[in-house]
Amino acid sequence: MISRLRHKPIAVVAVGYLALIVIASLLAPLIAPYGADEQDLQHVLAGPSAQHLLGTGVLGRDVLSRMLYGGKITILGSLIAGGLFVAVGVPLGLLAGYLGGWAERLVLRLADLIYSVPVIIILLVVVAIFPNNETAAMIALGLLGAPGLARIVRSTTKGLREELYVRAAQVSGLRAITIMRRHILPRLAGTIIVQLSLFSAGAVLLETGLGFLGVGSRQASWGGLVAEASQNLGSQPWLLVPSGFLVITFVLALGLLGDSVRDAVAAQYGAEEARTRRPNNNTTQPATVDSPHRTDALLSVRGLSVEFGNVPAISAVDLDLMPGEALGILGESGCGKTVTALSILGLLRGGGHIVNGSVRFDGIDLVGADPTQLRAIRGGRIGWISQEPIIGLDPSFTVGSQLAEAVRAHTACSRRQARRRAIELLALVALPANTARSYPHQLSGGMAQRVGIASALAADPVMLIADEPTTALDVTVQAEILDLLRDLQRSGLAIILVTHDWGVLSDICQRAVVMYAGHVVEQASVADLVRCPRHPYTAGLIACDPHNATPGEPLPTIEGTVLESGNWPVGCRFQDRCGLVRPDCRAAPVELVELESDRLTRCLHHLELNDLVRQ
Amino acid sequence: MRRLVLRWLIAAIPLVLGVSVLTFVLASLVPGDAARTILGVNANPQQYAALRDQLRLNDPLWTQYGHWLGRALHGDLGLSIQSADPVGHELKGRLAVTLSLVAGATLVAAVLGVGLGVASALRGGILGRCVDTLSLLGLAVPSYWLGLVLVTLLAVKAPIFPATGYVPFGQSPVQWLESLVLPVITLGLGGSAPIAKQMRDGVLGELDRDYVLVLRARGIAERSIIFKHVLRNAATPVASVLGLVIIGLFGGAVLAETVFVLPGLGGLAVTATSGHDIPVLQGIAVVFTLLVVGVNLIVELGYAALNPKVRT
Repeated sequence: MISRLRHKPIAVVAVGYLALIVIASLLAPLIAPYGADEQDLQHVLAGPSAQHLLGTGVLGRDVLSRMLYGGKITILGSLIAGGLFVAVGVPLGLLAGYLGGWAERLVLRLADLIYSVPVIIILLVVVAIFPNNETAAMIALGLLGAPGLARIVRSTTKGLREELYVRAAQVSGLRAITIMRRHILPRLAGTIIVQLSLFSAGAVLLETGLGFLGVGSRQASWGGLVAEASQNLGSQPWLLVPSGFLVITFVLALGLLGDSVRDAVAAQYGAEEARTRRPNNNTTQPATVDSPHRTDALLSVRGLSVEFGNVPAISAVDLDLMPGEALGILGESGCGKTVTALSILGLLRGGGHIVNGSVRFDGIDLVGADPTQLRAIRGGRIGWISQEPIIGLDPSFTVGSQLAEAVRAHTACSRRQARRRAIELLALVALPANTARSYPHQLSGGMAQRVGIASALAADPVMLIADEPTTALDVTVQAEILDLLRDLQRSGLAIILVTHDWGVLSDICQRAVVMYAGHVVEQASVADLVRCPRHPYTAGLIACDPHNATPGEPLPTIEGTVLESGNWPVGCRFQDRCGLVRPDCRAAPVELVELESDRLTRCLHHLELNDLVRQ
Repeated sequence: MRRLVLRWLIAAIPLVLGVSVLTFVLASLVPGDAARTILGVNANPQQYAALRDQLRLNDPLWTQYGHWLGRALHGDLGLSIQSADPVGHELKGRLAVTLSLVAGATLVAAVLGVGLGVASALRGGILGRCVDTLSLLGLAVPSYWLGLVLVTLLAVKAPIFPATGYVPFGQSPVQWLESLVLPVITLGLGGSAPIAKQMRDGVLGELDRDYVLVLRARGIAERSIIFKHVLRNAATPVASVLGLVIIGLFGGAVLAETVFVLPGLGGLAVTATSGHDIPVLQGIAVVFTLLVVGVNLIVELGYAALNPKVRT
């Protein structure tokens, strides 16, 4: 972590500045040009001069010298408060997080209590009892802050306690205190430093505040300098500048140090993730032959390519959806199925953008369509059903109002009419009318998915795109939702269904495209796909289908994992997981070839597949 | 709703008791004792004994507390050591000042914080960096110093507002407003920073949520998605932050009232501290806690109004 901080200029500057001020304050008796209380009555309330670099205050006391001497009180005070903050807060938080139960409840209640009292009032009470005794005030401040730190330490400890290495330590019989010291504390170090620097920043502000109020130490202090300035605003406003600058920069340095440590800690644990996102540009885009759009199709996609940043996610995807047809998009996670579905509606997020291709729907190219046109088609002509039904609904509004809103986005009608239509839509998906008054968190997953479907149907669209609509649901509920989708399709709605599940696919769809590593590897009717796959990847997927597994035998899997986005080889993208791989597979990009009408494959050796399947 | 108020009561009662016990225990720590502190070293033994008796310092601590609590429940917070007036009476006249100041500052902090937070989330770029800078400065610039700078610029150099002092609303609403502008800005600016930060993070977080994608897929207008759905959901955590900010503003009032010489509770707390007037400080601590408890109730209700999961 320290090595990470060394590369952060802000952290280096902040630490350097803090060190400078601390050292200068310690050396005040040696380097200050005048004594703290030395008076120069010839120069009272003077501005900066060669004699007094930062001017003088009342009684002609040198501002620079008083700033140097005054640092001691503030620094000592924040050290006392910060020391107690950590010394009390960390053990308290560790115990609360590790033990749970009453210890945890006690710490949480204590923190709640202290967050509810203006700290400065308590400090004033302390100072009233111990007049001008800043040490007492800072001890009180440290103790008041500790439960806040304990609360944060608790939540981190609680998370760590569940981690494998801590569990392992427990099983191996290490004492709780050893586990906390050796395994948990080091992971907390970053968090503690962050909290300590932010707390110290607050402590400096409060300490100087006490000095300003004149109830702190009687010696020279930073707050006292501001108080002196406040009494001479009319005659010497300059006095505000040096004292204010010092306090602000000191607190700022502490705050920036805290922020940098926080970023460094986040980077340390996020490093793995960042590494996998490295863009890789050494793949060659296969030359695409721009085939024309099918004119009889409802939706016709050609050469659709999407990149996130510079990393390609899908490349040159073609697909056609006939009116009233159900088309499946099949593949493992990370193959680009969802990206394909989202980019049809122009809904890519997280920096994703379409770099090439066209999406023709009803005579309009949706890529590059103007926002108004696109908005009318989204929801109006094409409905969307999301994978996670509950989080796909806005938690703050009732089901009824969300349905009515979807209706009113596309139909000119009164609120009352929209409400009535919402009830009709609920009936359409077999939900009772009083569901309209429910909030999303009150629905089960299956009910929420019905609501999702109802709102996708709000404006009578001609097609639906459903992204894994049953994946998040229980098996019995899955079947109900699939029935509903099948009924809708039979009533004439065209559907694109994104799925990884053969059962779902064959339940609903007539045709399917199989995607692997960002492009289409096979396309056929579902019956043909299942009967005789023409791509080893499809064959692999069928072999892995749990429905085909023999009870008691381990589930077959396709060896290896889906390639990272964009990290694609030159030749066939499936080459490293394929049992049929030959040198020619690796030599050049493999084109999608038409075997017969509506039967495409991207495999050079698909004829050998029959033998493989038979084995 | 009833459950909510009940939960609030369960949290509020120990809080008020906790704070009064805390100040009481602290007061008992006075080296020597309170009577000696009050009278100084020159008092004769009769005076000392009389005062000890008057302050009930001969009773055990918990009896003293019980006695104080019993009277406090009847609105009797004891006598001020400095003025010998009833503490309740001293506090009552000053409550309105502190409430005006904190209410005004809350308004400034909320409007500025929400506005900046939303704008920076939607626009990003320069505005986003402005909010970052503002929240850092809000952390680092002491409110009393900011107040003095404002006085220097807007009251001394350019006499637009009065530098110090307070005019009651009943006497002249316009002057009342004028006397509050600078203190309210001083306090409110600092309070706006955490609200702006939470609001920005909240809006950015909400924009990433699935329901936003679904709303877009439904063809809902972007304006409506932002202002109806995203802001509504982003506002829920802001309600909690606002509660903490208001508590902070009550603390800040101590400094702001001193800078602007406002006759409020915070200013009184400072004079009471210098005068070792423990009964007054105890009274102020209790009143501040009651105010905080009230704020907590409002925040809880606001939170419930925004969040159906709490409400239903």
